[in-house]
Amino acid sequence: MAKQDMAKKRTVNGMPQGADFKKSMEARKRRGFIWAILFQASMIVGIVALSALLYNVMNQSFGYVAIENSVEPETLAINGTPLEELSKEQLIPILEAHVSKGLMRRLEKDQPFAERSRDNVYELILERVVEPQTEASWSLVDSLLHRSEIMQEAQTDYPNAHLKFRSWLNASFVKNQQSSTPDLAGVRTAIFGSLWTILITLLFALPVGVGAAVYLEEYAADNMLNRLIKTNIDNLAGVPSIIYGMLGLAIFVRALEPLTSGALFGVVDDTTANGRTILSAGLTLGLLVLPLIIINAQEAIRAVPSSLREAGYGLGATKWQVIWSHVLGSALPGILTGNILAMSRAIGETAPLVVVGASAFVALDPNGPFSKFTTLPVQIYQWTARPQDQFRNIAAAAILVLLILLLTLNASAVLLRNRYSQKL
Amino acid sequence: MTVAAQAVGEYLADKASVATSSSTPHNVVIEARDLNVHYGSFHAVRGVNLAVERRKITAMIGPSGCGKSTVLRCFNRMNDLVQIARIDGQIYFQGQNIYAPEVDPVEVRRRIGMVFQKPNPFPKSIYENIAWGAKINGFKGNMDELVEHSLKRAALWDEVKDKLQQNALGLSGGQQQRLCIARTIAVQPEIILMDEPCSALDPIATLRIEDLMQELSEEYTIIIVTHNMQQAARVSDYTAFFMVDEGRTGHLVEYNETKQMFTKPADQRTEDYITGRFG
Repeated sequence: MAKQDMAKKRTVNGMPQGADFKKSMEARKRRGFIWAILFQASMIVGIVALSALLYNVMNQSFGYVAIENSVEPETLAINGTPLEELSKEQLIPILEAHVSKGLMRRLEKDQPFAERSRDNVYELILERVVEPQTEASWSLVDSLLHRSEIMQEAQTDYPNAHLKFRSWLNASFVKNQQSSTPDLAGVRTAIFGSLWTILITLLFALPVGVGAAVYLEEYAADNMLNRLIKTNIDNLAGVPSIIYGMLGLAIFVRALEPLTSGALFGVVDDTTANGRTILSAGLTLGLLVLPLIIINAQEAIRAVPSSLREAGYGLGATKWQVIWSHVLGSALPGILTGNILAMSRAIGETAPLVVVGASAFVALDPNGPFSKFTTLPVQIYQWTARPQDQFRNIAAAAILVLLILLLTLNASAVLLRNRYSQKL
Repeated sequence: MTVAAQAVGEYLADKASVATSSSTPHNVVIEARDLNVHYGSFHAVRGVNLAVERRKITAMIGPSGCGKSTVLRCFNRMNDLVQIARIDGQIYFQGQNIYAPEVDPVEVRRRIGMVFQKPNPFPKSIYENIAWGAKINGFKGNMDELVEHSLKRAALWDEVKDKLQQNALGLSGGQQQRLCIARTIAVQPEIILMDEPCSALDPIATLRIEDLMQELSEEYTIIIVTHNMQQAARVSDYTAFFMVDEGRTGHLVEYNETKQMFTKPADQRTEDYITGRFG
């Protein structure tokens, strides 16, 4: 009797029973399932956006090109020996025959022909005599899907041109210096510029940032002033990067010119453009990422359990001994993670560097903190602004170089961090 | 504190040791006098007078929030690390008030070591855990010998002698706590404070720590805070019972030899607590 009552009752003490309970259970599970779908959808949006970016870059980086030579290499063959197999002594007269006397004199002045290698002369002939010109280029997707149409188009529009599948990202693109012709242009100066700049940024921002974080977390008293400082550091992380560029221009390029141009250290170089040096750029990016490093280091230091500090103090350690041996030791992986993020941000920054004065054209590799500079993102930005189609192709290739550089640097930083964390 | 006030303090210290009965300590190593602790505006502990006997185990018991841990942390100036804490009164350690302005808390903590509630070894090797305290305090002797001696003293040597270079976090909870005791011994303190050292351990590990405390009391003065009355009865020579009043302020109710305390408590509240009527 009582049992039947129980079965009939829909609720006992307010708790749903039997079928009701099952029903509510299903509703609860359904709600969870819908949320899971939503989360998955947001992840898919992210992946789609990323794939679109990669597709775009890849599409531009590879594809068919129509190349037209001023002089066909076959016509330069001597007695049936093709151009690429000729000796240096045979190559020099060919060069002399095809270029002006003035250019020959200039080349001789740059480096006497007697000292030049055979390959160097061969390169000169390709560059000055054969003069390959890319007349047209097609995207990767077109090249793969509409091969016959491209061939037809090339034959009618550029009858003298050779059609060739070209990867704009290739060894000579990475090795070559800047050039005004897209076929010969490379990113070597930009890669060196980026690496030098990031090195200066790291050397400046890491010690200063970690130092500030240690002070704020361990030494600063909890008063109004310090709270204000902490809040402002959080806000500084959100300031647009171009503002930092203006700051860098005012402080490092203008006010501290004797220092950043290297004049103070006796570096006198014709190519040095007053304060617009790698040092200025690195310090500006250092200021930019400083709040990021401070915030991350603060978080990492705060996450060190107080039991660890107490253990140190309990053994008669001074404050500095506790901080050095235990707080910093335990916080290091977190500090390094923040640093990796900061460096990724710095390596991709463009706007502040344009303001600080990245050079549009750098002929020589930067060889120190007082050199003129350009960096990969600045180079990409400048190439995309050019009217010719082919600059878009090399800009896409440069983006790939930047991505590879970024991933390599990050991966090595992560490996380093993990190795260190395991040792702890 | 002025020189005159200090002289008075020392005079009082002499007087206190003269005027002891048989049941109160007569070889005092550390003594709290009229100790008051405030956390901000909260009066946490009021008027504690407690003299601790040398090379004995003194247990501090009482319900949660009665201020026994706070008092323990005053003995080696650990409360200095809490920004809002304010300590009034004196603690005399071998005739010297450790709260006198000329006293460096770092030196106090070297001479009065502490073992915490949760085992907190450094995330380093077992060897480094022991060696670090000695190293930072300028130890000049043979470090290997010190490590071995400390681990033997803490009854841990046989279990870890083959893995001294391994991370201390790989040890079991009981082993970690004994490592923390060994680490404390390595800086050669005179007093070891223990703040509920067994509350995170299983019964077998607890018994091992208790045995260890008995052994160590031949050489060191031990003050232990515990929630476990059986533990206090088992290991301690003296027991101090703390309670809270209506304002949640902790104070010392009764302090006596453990035997006396658990058989014939003088205060009704002590009897109620140890017989399990509250707490």
